[in-house]
Amino acid sequence: MANTEVKSDPFRKYDLTLAERLYIPAIMKGMGVTLSHFFRKPVTVQYPEQKPEISHRWRGRHVLKRDEFGRERCVGCQMCELACPADAITIQAGEVPPERRHLHTTERYAVTYEIDMLRCIYCGMCEEACPEAAIFLTPFYEFAEDSREKLIYSKEMLTEKVGGPIFYKD
Amino acid sequence: MSEIGAFLLEKTVVGSVMFGVTLGVVAYATLGERKLSGFFQDRHGPNRAGPWGLFQPIADGVKFFTKEEFIPDRANKALFVIAPTFTFMAAGFLIAVIPFGDRIVVNGREILLQIADVNIGILYILAISSLGVYGVITGGWASNNKYSLMGGLRSSSQMISYEIAMGLAVVALLIDHGTLSLRQIVLNQTGPIWQWSVFTHPLGFIIFYVSAFAEAARIPFDLPEAENELVGGYHTEYSAMKFGLFQFGEYTHMTLASGLIATLYFGGWSIPWLTAPAEPTVWWGLLTFAVFWIKTFFFMFVFIWVRWTLPRFRYDQLMGLGWKKLIPLAVLNILAMAAILIATGGAGME
Ligand code: SF4
Ligand code: SF4
Repeated sequence: MANTEVKSDPFRKYDLTLAERLYIPAIMKGMGVTLSHFFRKPVTVQYPEQKPEISHRWRGRHVLKRDEFGRERCVGCQMCELACPADAITIQAGEVPPERRHLHTTERYAVTYEIDMLRCIYCGMCEEACPEAAIFLTPFYEFAEDSREKLIYSKEMLTEKVGGPIFYKD
Repeated sequence: MSEIGAFLLEKTVVGSVMFGVTLGVVAYATLGERKLSGFFQDRHGPNRAGPWGLFQPIADGVKFFTKEEFIPDRANKALFVIAPTFTFMAAGFLIAVIPFGDRIVVNGREILLQIADVNIGILYILAISSLGVYGVITGGWASNNKYSLMGGLRSSSQMISYEIAMGLAVVALLIDHGTLSLRQIVLNQTGPIWQWSVFTHPLGFIIFYVSAFAEAARIPFDLPEAENELVGGYHTEYSAMKFGLFQFGEYTHMTLASGLIATLYFGGWSIPWLTAPAEPTVWWGLLTFAVFWIKTFFFMFVFIWVRWTLPRFRYDQLMGLGWKKLIPLAVLNILAMAAILIATGGAGME
């Protein structure tokens, strides 16, 4: 009954019983709790050997998709660049030269397309902004490199291989 | 071999073995603490260096020796360098009087598994262990950092407060046992298990135990290095092996405090109901040695167990517990013990 009163008014002072003032029973109880954890199975995921299960909707490394004819879907409209809250995307757009005509859907394309993986906050705004459904975030999350430059991904690294499946690395 | 030569050889061998074993245990106590901390938190603990993480202390040692030594610009260099050695030495000197095992007889020569069975054993321990605070306060002062200084000051006031309670708890024990020699105290506790001082001095044991936690500056009494208030306390500015030495000193202190609790209150190396053979062999020596360490390990385990159970005291609570509760209780305990002894007739209960 004392308990409910205390709950209704957390600042109410009430007299501790002798057992409470000795602390020892409470300490014993606490030690029991910690000891029960001592014998529990660890919940750790042994990361490099054992990978955690990742949702397929995970927002990781980007991929620039091709359509069913192997053409780049991206038209270099720079909507993603505009939408990006972290300013991670840098695009230079240009006119498609005649010899590349078969690789593109319109006459405008992204000459260079860079994403700075260190600036990116993996929010997925680029994916939402894209009118061509060209850019998607994939569940790949292992980015470690030994320099900042290596983490600026170029268009070659981001674009799907011709006819290939979604790629994660290389 | 001459008598003096044999004596020197015996003490050198016993001394190096005890010292080596203790340091080995201390080195692995660092791994043990991290492993057990892991288990208490449903984790694995370090398991990358070697099988089951067993090479972790070696890796730590290599790391400590190869890291950059940093001495703050305005620090008092001489004191800054010397402080960690104080802490470590004060803890290390205690090894000299701890009874690690019973006597053994080799080639008709009696050898004690204890470096020195001095008749002022407990006094020596209380004296030396209080020297440890010099390392902490010198380190805190020499760092020229306000957090370090606060850590050092806290540490000194804490140690002084709890030393009194600890000393008084031991006084009651001494009235009962009638000796200051640690070996004699262990011998008094042989026989049935209720001869252990923990059963004859339950109150004294609790006071001693709480004070031992405070002396070793372990949670819930780790105010000298309360991370969230003082960064790292007195060793905030320390790096590389100097920091390592502080840590090593602390673990030595914890190990020997556990050993001391086992010795004073839990029969040390003795095994309940088992009496020493008339002709103690090396095997008997090893058995008692192992029993001593098993008891010590148990108390080290409790140190870590408590660490993951109790929150840290507030500073005024710490002082209040020391001065207003433990010291009066300890005085009461002495009076009660003296009264009981007078009533039952004489000191030195066998
Ligand atoms: S995920 Fe967000 S931060 Fe990253 S590139 Fe796309 S819009 Fe920019
Ligand atoms: S990825 Fe989409 S939004 Fe970005 S430039 Fe290409 S087409 Fe435009």
